[in-house]
Amino acid sequence: MSDIFPKWTNKLPLMAGVVGAVLGVSVLAGITYYFTPKYTRVGYQPKQPVAFSHAIHAGQIGLDCRYCHNGVEKAWFSNIPAAATCMNCHSQVKKDSDKLQLVRDSFASGQSIPWVQIHKTPDYVYFNHSVHVNRGVSCVHCHGEIQKMDEVRHEKPLSMSFCLDCHRDPAAFVRPNELVTKLDWKNEGFDGKKAVHDWKVQPGQSCSTCHR
Amino acid sequence: MRKFLAYFLTFWALAVVAVVGVAGLRGSTSRKPPLEFFSDMDHQPKLRPQTTAKFAGFADGMSSRLPVPGTVARGSAFEASEFNTGKKADGSFVDAMPVPVNAALVARGRERFAIYCAPCHGAAGDGNGVTTKFGMAAVAKFHDERIIKMGDGEIYNTIANGKNLMLPYGDKLDPQDRWAVVAYVRALQLSRLGKKEEIPDAVRATLK
Repeated sequence: MSDIFPKWTNKLPLMAGVVGAVLGVSVLAGITYYFTPKYTRVGYQPKQPVAFSHAIHAGQIGLDCRYCHNGVEKAWFSNIPAAATCMNCHSQVKKDSDKLQLVRDSFASGQSIPWVQIHKTPDYVYFNHSVHVNRGVSCVHCHGEIQKMDEVRHEKPLSMSFCLDCHRDPAAFVRPNELVTKLDWKNEGFDGKKAVHDWKVQPGQSCSTCHR
Repeated sequence: MRKFLAYFLTFWALAVVAVVGVAGLRGSTSRKPPLEFFSDMDHQPKLRPQTTAKFAGFADGMSSRLPVPGTVARGSAFEASEFNTGKKADGSFVDAMPVPVNAALVARGRERFAIYCAPCHGAAGDGNGVTTKFGMAAVAKFHDERIIKMGDGEIYNTIANGKNLMLPYGDKLDPQDRWAVVAYVRALQLSRLGKKEEIPDAVRATLK
C-alpha cells in the first residue's frame, strides 16, 4: 500500500507551529511597538510659520512661560499669545527682521498667525491646564524641556497610561507651586506626599475625570 | 523541513527589515502630523479655542470670538471706578491704591512682577532687565524720583494701557493684579528709601 500522505507531511504540524508562533509573536510585537502614541505622536515637529525659538526666549532669555501663555493659570487651555505679546519687545528688538514679518502683519491686521498645533488631546479628553499648574504639576511633565527646543517637538506620548502614571501617584510628580514654570527644577527633598495631602490633590481615576 | 524553515526565516527577516525600514523607530522626528489608527471621535465638530472655525457665520474664521460690541462679560472690569481705572471721577489719577495692602497682595505682586515686568525693568526695578541687552531702549527705572513721586493710579494706568514705547499689559494683568504690581513697585522703592529704624526689630536682627 502506497502512502496516502508523503512522509514530509509528518512534520507539517511542527512547521505550522513554528511558523504560527514566529508570525504571531512578530505581529504582537509590531502592534505593541507601533500602535501606541509613543510611536504615533512622539517626535512630531511641524514647521511653524514663524521661526520662533523657545530655546532663546524661555531658555537663554529666561522668560517665564506665563509671559506669553498668560491664560494657563485660569483657563482649561494654554493660550497661544497674540502678536501683540510678541510686539511688547519686538516693536524695538529686531523690529525690521524679515523673520518677524508675519508677526508685524498679524499685529497690524488682527489676523491670526497660522501656528501649527503640536500637543493635542482627542476631543473627548477634557484636560484642564489651570487645575494642573495650580497644584504643582509642571509644564515639563507633558511638554518636555521646552526651554531647550529651538523648534518644539512632541516629546511625551500623552497617552492615557501616561496621564494615569501621574494620577495614580501624584506625590512623585508635584513640586512647589511657585516653581511649576521652572522647567529645569530638580527635586531635592521636596515632600510630595505632604503636598498632595495639604493641597487636597485628588486626581481622579474614574473615566469621567477626563472623559465626558 | 530545514530548507523550508530557512526560506521562511529569510522571508520573515526581510519583512521585519521592511516594516522597520518604512515605519521607522519610536520617537524619530517627523514633520508629518501624528498617525491615527482609530480616530473615532478624536475630531469632533465642536470648536476648540484658537482654532480655525469652518463655519460660515464666522467670516474671519476664528473659533475664539471677540465680545459683541456693547456687551460686558461676567466679571470683566467695565465700571469706570477707581479700582478699574486708577482715576478719580474728574479724570485725575488716584494718589493711593484703592485696595488694602497686605503681605498677600505684595507677594502676588512680586510673582507677577517677575513674570511680566522684570524682563525689561529688571528684578530690582533698575531698568536693566535682560531685554535691554537686546535693544530695548529707554526702560523706566522705578527708583527715579519721577516715578517715586508718581501717584499709584498713574502707575496702574501705565500697566493697564502702556505708555510711550511700552505696550499695554492690561490683557495679562487684571485690575487686582495690577494693584498688586503697584504695591510691589512701591515695596521695591521703599527698599532703597526706607530707614533702618523702620525695619521691625525681629527682622532687623536677622539682617547683616
